[in-house]
Formats: sequence, structure tokens, C-alpha cells
Amino acid sequence: MIRVDSATVAFSQGGGEDRIVLKELSLEVPRGQTVSIIGSNGAGKSTLLNAIAGTVPLVSGSIVVDGRDCTRDPEWARAVYLGRVRQNPLAGTAGDMTILDNLALASRKGRRRLRLAVTPSIARDLAGRVAELGMGLENRLRENVSKLSGGQRQALTLLMAVLSRPSVLLLDEHTAALDPANADLVSALTKRFIAEYGLTALIVTHDMKRALEQAGRVVMMHEGRIVADVAGAEKERMGVPDLVDLFRQARGTDYAEDRDLLS
Amino acid sequence: MIQGILVEGLVYGILALGVFISFRILDFADLSVEGSFPAGAAAAAAIVAAAARAEGGAAWFGAAAPFLAVAAGFAAGGLAGFATSLVHHKLKVPPLLAGIVTMTGFYSINLRVLGGRPNLPLIKHNPLLDGARSWLGASAPPDLALLAAALLAALAVAGILDLFFHTEKGIAMGALGDNEASVIQVGVNPASLRTLGIVLANGLAGLSGALAAAYQGFADVNFGAGVVAAGLASVMLGELAIKSHYIGVQIFRVLFGSILFRGLMYAARSWGYLAGITPNDLRLLTALLIVGAVAVSKYAMKRPKSARRTEAARSAPASGARRGGRP
Repeated sequence: MIRVDSATVAFSQGGGEDRIVLKELSLEVPRGQTVSIIGSNGAGKSTLLNAIAGTVPLVSGSIVVDGRDCTRDPEWARAVYLGRVRQNPLAGTAGDMTILDNLALASRKGRRRLRLAVTPSIARDLAGRVAELGMGLENRLRENVSKLSGGQRQALTLLMAVLSRPSVLLLDEHTAALDPANADLVSALTKRFIAEYGLTALIVTHDMKRALEQAGRVVMMHEGRIVADVAGAEKERMGVPDLVDLFRQARGTDYAEDRDLLS
Repeated sequence: MIQGILVEGLVYGILALGVFISFRILDFADLSVEGSFPAGAAAAAAIVAAAARAEGGAAWFGAAAPFLAVAAGFAAGGLAGFATSLVHHKLKVPPLLAGIVTMTGFYSINLRVLGGRPNLPLIKHNPLLDGARSWLGASAPPDLALLAAALLAALAVAGILDLFFHTEKGIAMGALGDNEASVIQVGVNPASLRTLGIVLANGLAGLSGALAAAYQGFADVNFGAGVVAAGLASVMLGELAIKSHYIGVQIFRVLFGSILFRGLMYAARSWGYLAGITPNDLRLLTALLIVGAVAVSKYAMKRPKSARRTEAARSAPASGARRGGRP
């Protein structure tokens, strides 16, 4: 469960007035729910995820995860109970370390101990987990992650993010940098992991079709606010054109980018 | 000659391991080693001198002096590293400048530890060497005893490091220098982990300084001059000689590189005159060695690797990551 309560984020522009990126935004996501977050460029989608993860600080408001107020906690402390995958496949893994070492790193959250990270039984367990990706990586455990393709690396990052069963999974356009085939693959894995582990997830995406498919609830953002929030039967009735209509209504304007959103 | 090169290579190899940790593992360009190495030498020498003065009074002090001296060397070096880390993390001072601050400050601290003198001889009383000899039996030739002691110390340090970099903490430290975000992602405070690494690296430099003082027979406040470059040259020579992405091999090849480096320096000192090289030119030689090692690894070694990469990209165009483009 996560509750964002009138969160405001502002970026200083040097000298002049601060640019307000999130405007007293509130959002509550119950345990086990998946929410797609859509909106145009600059709507504040990524900033919302960054604020939850602790990458950017709140000016005001609060963030509560599973009853724990983490508004003032540093990013690394929140990462203990948050899982996160970013757009850049290089962001979440250590490229010059082996697949096995990366998995071992992610299999436990929080303070590290002075105890062997990879014992034969841990290696066997992790090999089983990575086999679930269906990419044959279980046979390449001793290879460096930098040798993987973007799709493989992002799938591995996703596995690393869910391995410790986080309270909330944050996915920030995690398929946007992949080619269509790999994007479909990683999306399917995402859906499977969320269902299998019963995760609570926030997924930022540009792809309206995927936004509808992958989540039971779709939240639309515009200029730092939530302008539409559909779920349940209402969401099930919606197709991409309905979503685009809703988008236009909520925003009150219309411009060329809508065409891209339909693709 | 061979024995001298090996002992020097192993003793300074521990310093090179420290440089390897900060420059290669942590990606932290740490110059404080130039302060922590002599700090270790000074601390060890001060303990030995105190033990000599206390002789008769407290027998246990004399017996424990070798261990105390080595431990003090590690602690003094670690303290210098902690100072650098504190300046870097708390005041957001870049690594290079933080290291220079420590190195500068420790020059004066080292002078104080040495009792206000720039130099403290251990000729009359050298418990580290005496201890090494007595363990191996009085009958062993002194040169061999020295080599065995150096080998034991260097291999023990390398073995412990190899083990450490297979622990949860060690793996996280490896990932920290590679991609800090991946370490934050798993709930580790990067600042405290980096502090541990810098303390460890400088502690090893201090330990190496303590052993170097025992080997040279004196501690000198100017011991630190040029040790970063020497350590880097050792690390790079090892990397040129042995290719591997296994941490264990990477650690032991630092010792190998250090022996190689000392061998080259010995050759330059002994036969350099044939090419007009004097001992004054050794620093220039070290600098050229580093530049040469970088050039070789950049132009000679990387080429086949990048060729492979383009080939792979050609054969599987769909699997490459396309960044920045949005559908």
C-alpha cells in the first residue's frame, strides 16, 4: 500500500521562480493493485516516481508506504522496500560484474554482511530464478552483465527489482528504450511477476494500449496533477480512442502529440 | 638481486592493492595514499621506538611490538582514509582535492608521530625483522627469512581481500564503483560503503608503509612521495600482463604487477646507465610507464573487443538497446 498525500515538487531554475513539477498531488494505491500512469511529456510522471523513490525531495506533502512515513528517508533507505526499473537498461545493474553477482546483490535488501554472497545453494536458487526469464541466462551466470543485450539486461533488472518482493514496484517507462519484440517480452514478464508475487505496482508509460492492458487502473497526469483516474468496470470498457478522448477533455487542448500516443 | 626485487615487490604490492581498491574498485582517485603510507611507517616506527625505550620495564610490550607496529600502521593509514572520506562525503569535496587535503595535513601529523624528526632509524632495534627471523628459525639465511615473511604478509592480505570481495559487503563494494545506482537500489548507503572502502585502501597503504619501514630500516616523512604513481604503474602492469574479470585473479595480479614494476625499476637503476638513465630519471620512467600502459590498453587491447561488438550488433540488430527514441 502506498499513499502520496498532497506532494509538491519544485525544481529551482537558478535565480528566477521555481518550476513546480508536482502540484499537491495525492494518490492512494491499495496493496496488490497495478496502476498505469500516463500523460504527455513534462506532466510529472517520472517526477512522481522519483519523489516516491526519494531521488527528488518533496517541498511539502508526505509519502507513506505500508504505514511507514518515508518522506524524509534517503533514497537508499527507501530502496529496502521499493523495487525500481528505469528506462535506461544500464541503470539498474553493474555491467562489469557477473549475472550471478548482480542477482546475489539484489536477492537481499539493506545492510550487507560479511558472509559469502554466493554459496552453491544460493547459486542454484538464483539460477532457477533467472531461468524463469526464459532467455537462457541461467547458462551464462558467470558472464559479465555488459555482454547482455538491452532486452536481456532490462529483463534481468526487472527480476532483480522483484526478487526481494518489494512493497511497491516502480517502473518508469522500462520498455521504452527496447525494440518492439523485447518491449513485448519485458511487458509480459512484468505482468507475470506482478501476478506471481502479488505486487503493488506503479507503471509509467507512453503507450496507451499497454497502459490499459497491464493495469486494473489508469491514472492520467497533466501539468503536475492527476486529471483522470479510471478503474474497475469503467476502465474495462475503455479502448485507446476513449482514453485519448478522456485525455483531450481533461487537458482541454489538442495537439499533434496525440497522434503519437495512438500509435 | 632477485630476492630484493621480490621483497620490495611484495611489500609495496600491499600498497598497490590499496591503490587498486580505490582507483579500480571504487573508481575513487585517492591521493591520500601519499599521506597514509608514511603514516603507517611513522606509527610502526614510533611503536618500535617506544618498545625499545620500555625494554626491561614491560616485557610483553617488547614481545607484542611487531604485531602492534603492523596494526598501528594499518590503523594510521585507515585514519588518513577516514579523513579523506569525511571531507569528501560531508563537504562534497571532489576525491582528488579531498586526498590532497589529507596528504598535506598528514605530512605534519607524521612529523609529530616521528617525534618532530623527519626520519626515525630502526637499525638498532627492528622487531619486525627479528620476529620474522625467529619464526623461521635462527638457522634460516636472513635473506630467505625476509622473503618468506614478505611473501606470507602479501599472500595473507591478498587472500583476505579475495575472500572479502566474495562477501555480501565485498560484492556491493564492487558494484559501487561500477554503478552507484545499482547499490542504492538494493538499500545500501553508498557513502558508508565507500568510506569502508577508502579506509580499507588506506589501511593497506599504512600496513605497507609499516613493512617498508621495517625492510628499509627507517621511517621517513617523505616515504609517501610518488607512491600513488608507483602503485598505479604496478596495477596497470599487472592488468597488461594478465587479463581476467575474476576478482581473485585481479587481486593477485596486482602483486605480480608490483614485482614486475620493482624489477623494471631495478633494471633501470642497474643497467640504465647504458642508455644514459640515472636514478634521477626513475620518476619520469614511472610516469612514462603509466602513460604507456594506458596507451597499450586503449589502442592495442581494445580493438578486437570493439570489433567483436560491432559484429554482434550486425548479426542481431533487433537485440541492441535503442536509447532515447520513443515510439
